[in-house]
Amino acid sequence: MKPKPDEPGDRELRVKWITNGTVIDHITAGQALNVLRILGITDRPEDVMSVVMNVSDRKKDIVKIEGRELKPEEVDKIALISPDATINIIRDYEVVEKHKVILPSQIEGVVSCINPNCITNTDEPVKPIFVIRRGERVELHCVYCGRVIADQIADFLI
Amino acid sequence: MQHVIRIQDFSRDEIDRILDRASELEPVAHTGSSDALSGRILATLFYEPSTRTRLSFDVAMKRLGGDVIDLGAIETSSAVKGENLADTISVISGYADAIVLRHPKEGAARMASEFSSVPVINAGDGAGQHPTQTLLDLYTIRKEGKLNKAKIAFVGDLKYGRTVHSLAHALSLYGADIYLVSPDQLKMSDLMKDALIESGTEIVETTEIDDVIDVVDVLYMTRIQKERFPDPNEYHTVVGSYRITKETLKDVKDNLIIMHPLPRVNEIDPEVDASRHAMYFRQSFYGVPVRMAILSMVM
Repeated sequence: MKPKPDEPGDRELRVKWITNGTVIDHITAGQALNVLRILGITDRPEDVMSVVMNVSDRKKDIVKIEGRELKPEEVDKIALISPDATINIIRDYEVVEKHKVILPSQIEGVVSCINPNCITNTDEPVKPIFVIRRGERVELHCVYCGRVIADQIADFLI
Repeated sequence: MQHVIRIQDFSRDEIDRILDRASELEPVAHTGSSDALSGRILATLFYEPSTRTRLSFDVAMKRLGGDVIDLGAIETSSAVKGENLADTISVISGYADAIVLRHPKEGAARMASEFSSVPVINAGDGAGQHPTQTLLDLYTIRKEGKLNKAKIAFVGDLKYGRTVHSLAHALSLYGADIYLVSPDQLKMSDLMKDALIESGTEIVETTEIDDVIDVVDVLYMTRIQKERFPDPNEYHTVVGSYRITKETLKDVKDNLIIMHPLPRVNEIDPEVDASRHAMYFRQSFYGVPVRMAILSMVM
């Protein structure tokens, strides 16, 4: 049982426990805000959330979203920039579900193409789609122009 | 066969079937006519200049008894009014039984295929794909040389040349040994080379044409563009060292074929045209039976 808000142990916490919602833990340090961008949560003013960056000796970031349980298919795309992240679903202060993010095989509308001459970087009604391949590194292959994004994925988040 | 967007979408068996069909249709392509596509209409949309590709599609369709409607110059089309490609394709696919598209943006043909109710054939999208060129190149090699386990040298601009990238990929399906001959500034990207090596293709890289010209079965020349070189003097030096003359050919294999996607500038001396090795004009003609095959298979 986790300590509840206003109990003595809470004073040691940087951010209080959430009652119900989702905690995304083990986010690669420095990527929490990009995680929010990928999830599109920054566009939802009704969501209450906490962002904790560079915790545990600056090794990870944490995002807590109050009152909303994110589904795996909503969250898995953050594996693009944070492959070790875990998703914890919280109900009444308890972790009722916990799983690691799984890199999807394809993403749509999350990352823009690195190729300025790609049809997806025009005014045409088409969203960028990438097939994801994971070998030694994560590679995004644009299904339209074939260009590959590998090292700078966070720079091309939409 | 639905759309023809990238050569990578085709298996070796599918490519062989297209080449076989082209072979059957070649006599018609020379002088004949057929009613195979009688009553069918092909729309050609060229947002960039083209001579060979546009005309050979036109001829291919007419040899098969079909009709062609052409978007004409972009300046007189609704693109000038700001209509996007997606809308143009949605409209034109209601008028025609297939669409041939050349567009300056990479991935344009793939996007067009998503908006079209009829097959889309990619006739070149920017620096991206030009699958019918690859198929006519393969047809030329099969017909005039040997396609299986060929030794082929690509010469010139291997960095930007889309023709080379697509053909090298396709040849990897046929167990080719590939020789890459280019100045340092225009070498094939590591990504592309890695993909070829992964597919089991042997690659030899050099800057000197003399290193390979006596061992290869196919010499595939490409145009080196002036704008790739910041220093004009460097351009002239490089271009001079990649020029094929009668002298260059004195020790080559008897059955060597010289190919070029055309237009050429200075890469091949016109005195080579009369040589038995010169295959580039015939290669250009083979665009007709190959495009006839593709049209007959998509419509």
